[in-house]
Amino acid sequence: MLNVLIVGVGGQGTLLASRVLGAIADISGNDCKLSEVHGMSQRGGSVVTHVRIGNEIGAPLVTEGEVDYILAFEKLEALRWAYYLKKDGIILVNNQEIMPMPVITGMAEYPDSIFSKLAELGKKTVVVEGLELACTAGNSKAVNVVMIGALCALIGIEFNVALEAVRKCVPQKLLAVNEKALELGYNVK
Amino acid sequence: MKRLMLTNEAVARGAYEAGVKVVSSYPGTPSTEITEFISKYDDIYSEWAPNEKVACEVAVGASIAGVRSMCCMKHVGVNVAADPLFTAAYTGVGRGMVLVVADDPAMHSSQNEQDSRFYARSAHVPMLEPSDSQEAKDFVKRAYEISEEYDTPVMLRLTTRIAHSQSVVELKDREEVEDKHFEKNIQKYVMMPQFARKRHVYVEERENKLAKDANTIDLNRVEMRSTKLGIVCAGAVYQYVKEATDASIFKLGLVYPIPLDAIKEFASKVDELMVVEELEPFFENQLKANGIKCSGKALFGKQGEYSTAYIRNKLYGDEIITSQVNVPMRPPVMCAGCPHRGVFYILKKLGIVVSGDIGCYTLGAQAPLSALDACVCMGASIGMAHGFDKAKSIHARKLVAVIGDSTFVHSGITNVINAVYNQGTSTTIILDNSITGMTGHQQNPATGKTLKGEPTNKLDLEALLKAIGVNNVVVVDAYDLKEVERVIKEETAREEVSVIIARRPCVLLTKKYPPAFSINDNCKNCKACLKIGCPAIENIGGKIRINKELCVACGVCKQLCKFSAIEEGSKNA
Ligand SMILES: Cc1ncc(C[n+]2csc(CCOP(=O)(O)OP(=O)(O)O)c2C)c(N)n1
Repeated sequence: MLNVLIVGVGGQGTLLASRVLGAIADISGNDCKLSEVHGMSQRGGSVVTHVRIGNEIGAPLVTEGEVDYILAFEKLEALRWAYYLKKDGIILVNNQEIMPMPVITGMAEYPDSIFSKLAELGKKTVVVEGLELACTAGNSKAVNVVMIGALCALIGIEFNVALEAVRKCVPQKLLAVNEKALELGYNVK
Repeated sequence: MKRLMLTNEAVARGAYEAGVKVVSSYPGTPSTEITEFISKYDDIYSEWAPNEKVACEVAVGASIAGVRSMCCMKHVGVNVAADPLFTAAYTGVGRGMVLVVADDPAMHSSQNEQDSRFYARSAHVPMLEPSDSQEAKDFVKRAYEISEEYDTPVMLRLTTRIAHSQSVVELKDREEVEDKHFEKNIQKYVMMPQFARKRHVYVEERENKLAKDANTIDLNRVEMRSTKLGIVCAGAVYQYVKEATDASIFKLGLVYPIPLDAIKEFASKVDELMVVEELEPFFENQLKANGIKCSGKALFGKQGEYSTAYIRNKLYGDEIITSQVNVPMRPPVMCAGCPHRGVFYILKKLGIVVSGDIGCYTLGAQAPLSALDACVCMGASIGMAHGFDKAKSIHARKLVAVIGDSTFVHSGITNVINAVYNQGTSTTIILDNSITGMTGHQQNPATGKTLKGEPTNKLDLEALLKAIGVNNVVVVDAYDLKEVERVIKEETAREEVSVIIARRPCVLLTKKYPPAFSINDNCKNCKACLKIGCPAIENIGGKIRINKELCVACGVCKQLCKFSAIEEGSKNA
């Protein structure tokens, strides 16, 4: 069983990312369950999507402490959800900060040195320049697919399988950008 | 063919395969996508109704006319649809009718946590509850068979975790169900006392028969594992229980009426019987009332969602892993460029009491705007403002109701009629962003487009308001703060009902924006621009910056800056 958590800020495209993983499971003949977030929290709130790939999956949600990989589209969200990770799990973080409203209004502070905080918690972290790579691919919104590319490379999914999955999930007119984004993410070391 | 499918899509697919011909719904998280997916099938007529009552009535009519019909809504939608539902339970159906209701334990996107299973019981209609996408599709089809076999509307209940999870579904072909010829049958379809009394007898007989048949129906199943503990459960909870324990399971698919004899027999095979159900002790109390010894809510809570870890914690005392770090919250906010923002800024500035309503604009209650003073249910803003007006007219000149376009059409219109009729003096602001925003951009009667996105008759709000007797109807551009302020001052001062339409389409309706604004050296760091709570304006270590990724150049912040420090972006920047 592979348990993945995709976390980010509403509007960053966690939904599409989880669907690409679903399509990968499908192509490789695995059973899969996804649990998505729609509605209220999509309005710039903290969002989390659960992805489970394997056989005879029960619950649509992964239990705390049992996640193999966290795909974090934003640094603060990485820190917020890190406790879901299992002992030797890995967290992939897009190196981007999005200020939440309590920080904007001065009610709270955006934590500094998030990467060292994650290290202190004993979480193995891989930093991805997702926003930069998405812009290179041609659209800052393609961070989600860059991150999927990086995850696929890390867990040994063949590039062609990932590509086929992206083609299944992304609308035709955004395909070129997303294919490039996937490739850039996949080649991150 | 097999496919990974959102449960809401699987419900739509089930309707398609069951030969459904008419679907009428009102959006509401987590039920909205069902009807959106249904709209993709050309064999089904589908529509957005202005509210759930209308949707339910359309489904009742179509069923009596002789085709399979459906209506879909969120849990609170059933409150609105309850009137037709309770009496359609008496008339029964022509062809099958299913009401799909999606509950929201933990209130991911809702104002309360009500448990719709009680509706099935008080309306005396059967209710089915699936626990994954495949079951959802299968149960929809079974629901139509039950509806026709027992001559009753059937409810299908989902919860957020099921509605919004995806799992694999096997697709089948559409079954062509022949239309039933409509025959005049006054005793069955005209519910006036003399006929309704007879139908009530039938309703009771039907329920008793169903309760008996429930003991052998294919919707429930027993999974024997360890006999130390037996657990009765349904829906998402079944998945958690299965993962968290090795207990034997009585899985209910038909959650009303419940199979008492079969559960009794199950209880006799296990040392201890427990009920695990989110929200209310619906099964538990019925079991107890019928002398079946069990426990449930003594251990498990009535609020929020359960999970595998929660159940392990309650049963075995296993620790639930929680976060050890303190991180700032990230609550949902109005989008950058949201046309509601400026209106709330002005309302706050003027110190006006705001009777709120449900939609994206409910977020006007969040800091720093904190401009909303009440919010109860859809349409309530205007009635509550009228109540305020009548109770304490001293407030009336410093009071408005705010309501979105979809919500106004849903249940705001009758409230304005009431205020006019009873000579109120309240002011209502219709925040007309030309779409049903909160639930993810559905069309409504005021947008001029159908569910399928085709052009249709557009409700003219100004003409409607005039026709129901509102003498003061003013339209303003929601981005024009000066004008918004002037109009609000003028209209609230009036000793007469008035309605302001603050109009500006939702920013998410367009994908192309002018270049982002930026802050220049004139900035004195006065932070006036932070008062509107725009997620695109950031305060990085005391220095104000506009986030180019988020700014859509709405220009609202620029109107707040006294130092001309906010400037428009240039095309070739
Ligand atoms: C009875 C009922 N039905 C449905 C909903 C779900 N719901 C919440 S807000 C909303 C509509 C909001 O649209 P609108 O009034 O146009 O405001 P906007 O979100 O566009 O600002 C809906 C359908 C609900 N809360 N209650």
